[in-house]
Amino acid sequence: MENILFLAHTESDGSLSKAALEALGAAVELCSGQKNATLTVGLIGEQIDAALTAAGGCGAARCLAVCGEDFGVSRYASDAAAAEALLGACKASLVLAPASSRFCRALPGLAQRVSGRIDTQVSALDSSSGELRVQRWFYRQRMVATLSQSQRPWILLLSSGAFSPWQGGSPALKAEQISVELPDTCKRTKVEGFQAPPADAQTIRPDAKILFVAGAGWTKKQAAPENDAKKAETLIRGFISSAKASLGSSKSLVDLSAQGQEVLSFMSHLNQVGQTGSTPRHPKGLSTCCHGEEPHVVGWRFISERRAINLDAGCGWAHGKADVLYVADAFEVMEKLNELLAKG
Amino acid sequence: MTTNGFQIVVCASLVPDPLQTLEPASGQGTPTLKNEAMLPAVLDPWAAHSLYEAAHLAKNVPGSKVYLVSLAPKAKLQQLMMTVAQKVPFELVALDGSASGFTDAFEVAAALASAIEKIPGLDRSRLLLFGGCSSASRDAGVTMQLVGERLGILDQFLAVDELKVQSDGSLRILERIEGGRYQVSVCSGAPAMLAWATGNLPEPANSPQVGMQNMRVVMPALQKAASVSVGAGSINYVNVELPKQVRSTKVVKDVSAAEIAQELFEWISN
Repeated sequence: MENILFLAHTESDGSLSKAALEALGAAVELCSGQKNATLTVGLIGEQIDAALTAAGGCGAARCLAVCGEDFGVSRYASDAAAAEALLGACKASLVLAPASSRFCRALPGLAQRVSGRIDTQVSALDSSSGELRVQRWFYRQRMVATLSQSQRPWILLLSSGAFSPWQGGSPALKAEQISVELPDTCKRTKVEGFQAPPADAQTIRPDAKILFVAGAGWTKKQAAPENDAKKAETLIRGFISSAKASLGSSKSLVDLSAQGQEVLSFMSHLNQVGQTGSTPRHPKGLSTCCHGEEPHVVGWRFISERRAINLDAGCGWAHGKADVLYVADAFEVMEKLNELLAKG
Repeated sequence: MTTNGFQIVVCASLVPDPLQTLEPASGQGTPTLKNEAMLPAVLDPWAAHSLYEAAHLAKNVPGSKVYLVSLAPKAKLQQLMMTVAQKVPFELVALDGSASGFTDAFEVAAALASAIEKIPGLDRSRLLLFGGCSSASRDAGVTMQLVGERLGILDQFLAVDELKVQSDGSLRILERIEGGRYQVSVCSGAPAMLAWATGNLPEPANSPQVGMQNMRVVMPALQKAASVSVGAGSINYVNVELPKQVRSTKVVKDVSAAEIAQELFEWISN
């Protein structure tokens, strides 16, 4: 029997993120599938009212919260202290939480403090055998493992996009406040704010329906001299904007940018997908001018429908990995595609 | 600006060269990779970035020193050092043990923290603990926080791309967060743990001079590398496999750009 704690931090408006609702959905499902399991909701944040409503009807036996100004920011020391207090208050054997940047930073420290264990980026849970088994990827999405853990508490940070979100219900939860006094040693770090590109320059959109992956081929010398890096930039920007797509890049293209070569001005390491980048989850993906075999293709491991445009009919990036490979000049295709998108 | 400099400890191990084909090997106990011992290795990419950032920081803050703490099979580590030691100056602290991605992060963290605690003369008040935000093997992104926690470091940062030491000695740090944004934090100073993403520095060119300087201490460090036993701990691996899904790729050629664009437009719009 597992005593499950669903742990979440609230957003600045007191609500729960999509990733948190997915983790809650997974916690509710896991709890309902286990005999005598109990569910506790634990919340951390400056405000939690919207979260209490969003988590309503989840069947939690208790809802515990660490609130206040000190806990509104994403900071290791305060988050680890809050999480430790919540776990201590409910003595959970299993903690389910979203794999947000905030929790990925703080909850390993919690695991150390409580002599527990932690697994991150969990993509599946299965307790049908009577033993909880989780699935996560190793070697940068090159292989997938199913594993169980004998040590408790076991903290599981769940990948966003891998679980169905909790849809809400009633009544809203009522929280018991857990008091945490932070010593000055936990306040040495101040969060000053965030840096984000201007709204019209935003190229990373986790909730986009389509991921557009640009490869280094965009910067290579083209048969038509007018097809240079500047035109590539215009075409890619145009597509990202009109299709409301998220932009990913191969490492080689990002490295060209970092080396100061004139390539795509809006491209940074944050856009990189694959071995040393991210592996985002989107329903569709369109790759253009990408080359390389298996190690480079992990960037779109979690893209459901995949299409590619490449001049090379034998492109290793696409064969066996994409649903459709268009053997064509990406400059020409994207220009036409942008015209169609502009017309709506 | 701090007057005595930083003591920068970088935790970095080796991983199979990303261009190699990897395949899990079945067997009893902890999983392994097929021909693991034979696979060419590289310094774990994100940890390597942290080493370059550490060297850059040490160069700019007088009195600073860089230690590289590495847990890996000694023979492979020695081979790797032939190239890594030519990149930037550091003092190696070697631990002889498994670098497999299937080992328990807690056992690895315990070994690393213990080795760091034993570094002679290490001033923990000036300690900056560096490493990668996630390995290219276990890929969990937890080891550095576990080491930091064991060393009592309460200021920890994950997926760091920039560190600036400000005039008052405080640290201004950019961490990657969701949606392609950075969180900007200011920490009053060391000790702190920074688990790096790519940072902003290119890989340094090989320098034979740096290599010769490093190898004077690298070889003795390898010779006296303590043997460390790290395994899967309390993890039970039920199954490890390669993703099976191979798509039947439809190849469309000899079709005009306009027709392809129309097909893509319909696909995107649905």
